[in-house]
Order: sequence, then structure tokens, then C-alpha cells
Amino acid sequence: MYEILEKKIMSDTVKLMKIKASLVAKKAKAGQFIILRIDEKGERIPLTIADYDRKKGTVTIIFMEVGKTTKQLGTLKVGDKLLNFVGPLGQPSELEKYGTVVMIGGGVGIAPLYPIVRELKKMGNYVISILGARNKKLLMLEREVEEFSDELFITTDDGTKGHKGFVSDVLQKLIDEGRDIKMVMAIGPVIMMKVVANVTRPYKIKTLVSLNPIMVDGTGMCGGCRVSVGDETKFACVDGPEFDGHKVDYDNLMLRNRRFCCEEEESCKLAGV
Amino acid sequence: MAVRKTKHEMPEQSPKERIKNFNEVPYGYDEKTAIEEAKRCLQCKNRPCVNGCPVEIDIPEFIKHIAEGDFDKAVEVLKTKTNLPAVCGRVCPYESQCEGECTLKKIGEPVGIGRLERFLADYEREKGVKIPKKAKPTGKKVAVVGAGPAGLTCAGDLAKMGHAVSVFEALHDPGGVLMYGIPEFRLPKEIVKAEVDYIKKLGVEINYDVVVGKTITVDEIMKDYDAVFIGTGAGLPRWLRVPGENLDGVDSADEFLTRVNMMKAYQFPNYDTPVKIGKVVATFGAGNVAMDCARTSLRLGAKKSYIIYRRSELEMPARDEEIEHAKEEGVIFHLLTNPVKFAGDDKGILNEVECLKMKLGEPDESGRRRPVPIKGSNFKIKIDTALVAIGQSPNPLVPKTVKGLKIGKWGNIETDDDGKTNVPGIFAGGDIATGAATVILAMGAGKRAARAIDKYLKLKK
Repeated sequence: MYEILEKKIMSDTVKLMKIKASLVAKKAKAGQFIILRIDEKGERIPLTIADYDRKKGTVTIIFMEVGKTTKQLGTLKVGDKLLNFVGPLGQPSELEKYGTVVMIGGGVGIAPLYPIVRELKKMGNYVISILGARNKKLLMLEREVEEFSDELFITTDDGTKGHKGFVSDVLQKLIDEGRDIKMVMAIGPVIMMKVVANVTRPYKIKTLVSLNPIMVDGTGMCGGCRVSVGDETKFACVDGPEFDGHKVDYDNLMLRNRRFCCEEEESCKLAGV
Repeated sequence: MAVRKTKHEMPEQSPKERIKNFNEVPYGYDEKTAIEEAKRCLQCKNRPCVNGCPVEIDIPEFIKHIAEGDFDKAVEVLKTKTNLPAVCGRVCPYESQCEGECTLKKIGEPVGIGRLERFLADYEREKGVKIPKKAKPTGKKVAVVGAGPAGLTCAGDLAKMGHAVSVFEALHDPGGVLMYGIPEFRLPKEIVKAEVDYIKKLGVEINYDVVVGKTITVDEIMKDYDAVFIGTGAGLPRWLRVPGENLDGVDSADEFLTRVNMMKAYQFPNYDTPVKIGKVVATFGAGNVAMDCARTSLRLGAKKSYIIYRRSELEMPARDEEIEHAKEEGVIFHLLTNPVKFAGDDKGILNEVECLKMKLGEPDESGRRRPVPIKGSNFKIKIDTALVAIGQSPNPLVPKTVKGLKIGKWGNIETDDDGKTNVPGIFAGGDIATGAATVILAMGAGKRAARAIDKYLKLKK
């Protein structure tokens, strides 16, 4: 059993939790994920690692309440325990000194982006961060990301904070200004990652995206998380979750991510969440 | 009195009834029938059946005790060699092992050895399982990676030899393929749990949620243990590699069965994990896993369930009993048929598979006749769900993360017959060493490795 040691409400639908999981904390690296199951009847869901504390043996997860499991997770309190919490899974981010990097986080995707921003900065990169959300209320970790960024841009769909528009607008502007961008990383909604990849493609700027498809075991056994990358079929759980953004078939990913929409609704209704 | 030529029937649920539920299909023998069946055994001096058993069970001996009505003694004989008799008594391919060697086959059907093993295991479980005497503690510690048939067998045997055994399991339940792969109607999960409980009572400790290769590495384990056994099984599902395989509606057998069996999706929404099933389901492949998929589909409400296989009935790798049960339940077999393309509607949802007719040519390296496509024989079948059950390659997580470990060309761990790898103290067995095979072969490998580890530890001092 894995105890919830801390809980923070980030916005109406986004929550942060620190979970006691010493073995996972000991090995966790930026870019990896965990799989949790709340109780005996629960589903196994993957969540990207937002942070970790090796000394305290804790792993931080930040999640948006979108389905039955995340909504139920949101109702748990400090002191409650999760039945299963396994990881760290997937490959860590490829971190190195690139030079100037642009780090793009959309909505709840800002959470897994944060530890990568931190590591890249520590390695001596010039970090430009672009954080986007639907509105000001849904923005998170602004101060934390700012601490490890040389420049920070904010965008909101409704203009309640920063640039009114999309993260890709700012990225395009940076490129147009002739900034020498060596790498772009985007984590957020699939459509956002697709647009970012489209922006950088003509300039051949290395672009990494972190995918979060439907998973069951998370160890390479079931193949549920497969994505088309170039001519190959890759498993996000063991080959990913990060892939070359220019090669991912985003439309297929969006299609496969909608596989259980109806069942999810039914499940939520039944649980009254 | 002449020997009866056929096995005593084992009563089972009627096909019409059973496709509406997930309850076990056969009910098993009662005591009287078991004794009668045991009396068919000729007690051959040369004991051919024992040679057919990968875990070396003293078959004529336990059958003799059943015939005498001494079930407790029979159980004792059985359990000296197997830690998972209720599992073996249900899923072993007896026809090609013990029963395949039975002398009675010369005049009719072999002794129902599998049915008798199952009877004994169930008899013992209902009565309360006795824990056998263990050897004196040796003070040696062994780690076992993976709580599947190979790992559990190895762990149980090592514990009986007096070693302290810890198992590391990636998933949240023990049993490996017994839990996530084989359906409830063929192997009830309560029975798997009971067999695992027996192994725990032998003193084996099982740690869940530990993905070796990620959470900890084998090299780290080696610092705290005197030896390691790796039994991480098959991983990565194989694909047909035809266009359209990533459409919504095409799943691996592994995902489908894991959802249904381990996550209990057949009880959705009472359990949170869903599973999708169309009206017309096509399963590709003809092994036991394929039969499990085709039969599970019917139970989940599919109106039609097809098996699509590129060779003929003779080459189907599934056990006879599985094929028989599938046919009784109404599974339709499209043999000598090979898929070339999946197609979907404008939303990308699967609705059709295009196939080619095949004929059999010369035998290939497996000894089976090679299927050859018949040019221009393309035809289409309307389907809503496709399940790909053509096997798995070994799980790469562990082999990739052990320094200096010798890996075979399929990504398997190379071992000798006793499970010894090229790294001292590291042993392996089951699907991770051989590629996808059967539960009983994995158990046999676990058993031989336990003996080799015991020997290694005694020499190591």
C-alpha cells in the first residue's frame, strides 16, 4: 500500500499528490511514468512523474480529473492509501547540453515538463519555456518552471493571462526572430503536440513529444499503448513515452485514445463522479 | 475382466449454457469415477507416462493409491514433484505428454491422467492443504523474478530445500499467465490463488509492483542474494504486420485477455477496466491463446466468433480439448486463410479484413507444411473486432539490463538444460529462455533450475 502524504489543489480539476513509494523515488528520472491502481476493482492508469524526492521516498503526481479513476483519485485524502503504485516505467528523457531549448507545456502537461526543464537548466542549457492553458485558472507550476527558465512565455486560449492564443504562436515568433533553437520539447494535449511538430518540421528542429496513450500493464506485455512512429509500431510503455515529434502519427493516437469514451462515461455515471 | 477402452466421461456445462457465463466448463470427477478411472491403469513396469511428464511426476504410483481409495497418499506422491497440481490438471497438454505415452492407447483411449491429477488437487484443496516437511534452513537467499509458472515452481522447490526465497513480481497479482492469460472458464482464479497460497506457506515471500529492470535491477538484487532465477516470461505481442493493424478495433490477444482475466473487464462496470467487443470477432492464430480469445468473445456477447488460420486443422497448435470446446460453442474456423489487410470506416474504426486463400506446400523448418498463398484468391470478411494471437517474443526488460548476460537471437536469455546462464549465480527458465511455450514446460524449467541452484549454492559455500 502506498500512502498519500500530501495533497494540493492546483485548480478545479487538477490535483497534486505526493505518494510514499521509496523504491520508485529511488530510481525515478525526468520523463518516466508510474502506473497506479486505487483499489481491488480499480483500473491501472499511467501518470507521468511530476517530481520525486529520493531522501523522503516520495513521488509527486499531478493529474487532471478526466475519467472515473482520476475523479476517484481526486476524492482521496492525505493518509489514504493506494493499492498499487509501480515504476518508474518507460525511458527517461534524453537530457544533454543542446544550447537553446524551447520547452512547451500545455495544461496538465506542464507537470511532467517541469522536472525536465529543471534538469536541462542544471545541465547548462538556455531554457525558454512556453506554458499554455485554456484560461488563467488552469495554469500551473508557473513559478516553479520560471525558476529554471531563462525566459518564460504564457499563453491562454481566452487571453486571461499572457498572449491570447496558442503556444505554437509564440514558438513560431521565436523561430521567425531567428533564435538558434536546438531542441523543442512539447508535452500536453495530442493536438497541441501535433501543431508544435508541424511548426518545427520545415525548420528541421529536433522535436520531442511525450505520449500518454491507453495502457494496461505498462511493461510491454499487452501492446495497448502502441503508436505509429515513422514506419514502425512502437510501444509507448517500453520504447517511450518520448518520441521524435516529426514521426508520430497523431491522428491514429487520437483515434486510439478515444477507444473507451462510452465506457468511461458509463463508469463515471455509475460511480456518480 | 477386460479393460475399458475409453476414459470415463468428465461431466461439463453444456455449450449452450456455458457461453453465457465465465464459470469453469468441466466439473471434474467424483470419488467413485476417479477410482474407476484409476483402475484402468495397467501399472506398466517401464512407466512410459512418466517419461512424458516435464515435472517427472510418479504417475503410476499416485494412480495406484487412487485406485485403492487412499487419496491422501496419492496427493502426497503427486506433491513431491509438483507445486501446482490443480493448474496442471487443467491446462497441461496431456495428449502430447503423459497420456500420449500411455500403453492403453494401443487398444483405445489412454488413462485420464490429467483428469485424475485435477481430481486429487481439488480433493486436497477442499479438505485443506497440508504443508510438507521442509529441509533445515540453509541460510542461503535466492531471488526469483516473475511469479508465473516457472518462477513459482522454482520458488516452491527452493523453499522445500531450505533456502529463503523472495519473489519479485511486476504486476499486482501472482500467477503470471495463469492470472492474466488463461480465462476463468478454463482456470478459475480462485484456484490459482489457492496454489500460490500453498507456495507462500512453504515460506516464499512475494513482492508485488516491482518491475525488475526498472524498479530494481538484477545486478542490485545479486548484492543481497546468493542466486537469482529469472522467469519473466513472454512479453511483446507479435503482430501480423499488415496494413490497418493500428485501427480502432484491432487488439493483441494479450491486451484483450489481460483486460478480461486479470482486470476482470467481464464484470465491467462493477470493475473499472472496460473491454470492447464487436458483434463479429475474428481471432488470428490457432493456438491455445487464440481459442481462449474466440471463446471469451462469445461469452462477452459476440454473435459470431471466427478463428482465422493460415494452415489446416492438422497444424493447429492448440490442445485437442480447446479446439473441441471451441467448436461445440459455435466458433467458426476459416482455415488456410491469411489476412493481408484491415480496413476501417471513415472514422478509422475497423469493419473489414481482406484475406487470401492458402494451400499447403513443402514442410518448413518446423516440420509443418508451409502455407502458400493462392494468387488472386482475395476475399473480404466483415468484422468489428480483430484479436491477434500469433505469439509473443520474450520480454526484453530484464535481459537488456543485466550486465554481460548472453542473449539469444530472439532476445531470449541463453541457458543450458538446467537453466544456468553464462553469469555465475544467474539462472533462467520458461518463456524468457525458450520463447513462448506451455505452462508445464515452464514449470519443468523452474524445477530443473531449482535443482541446479541448490547444487550451485552447496558448492559456493
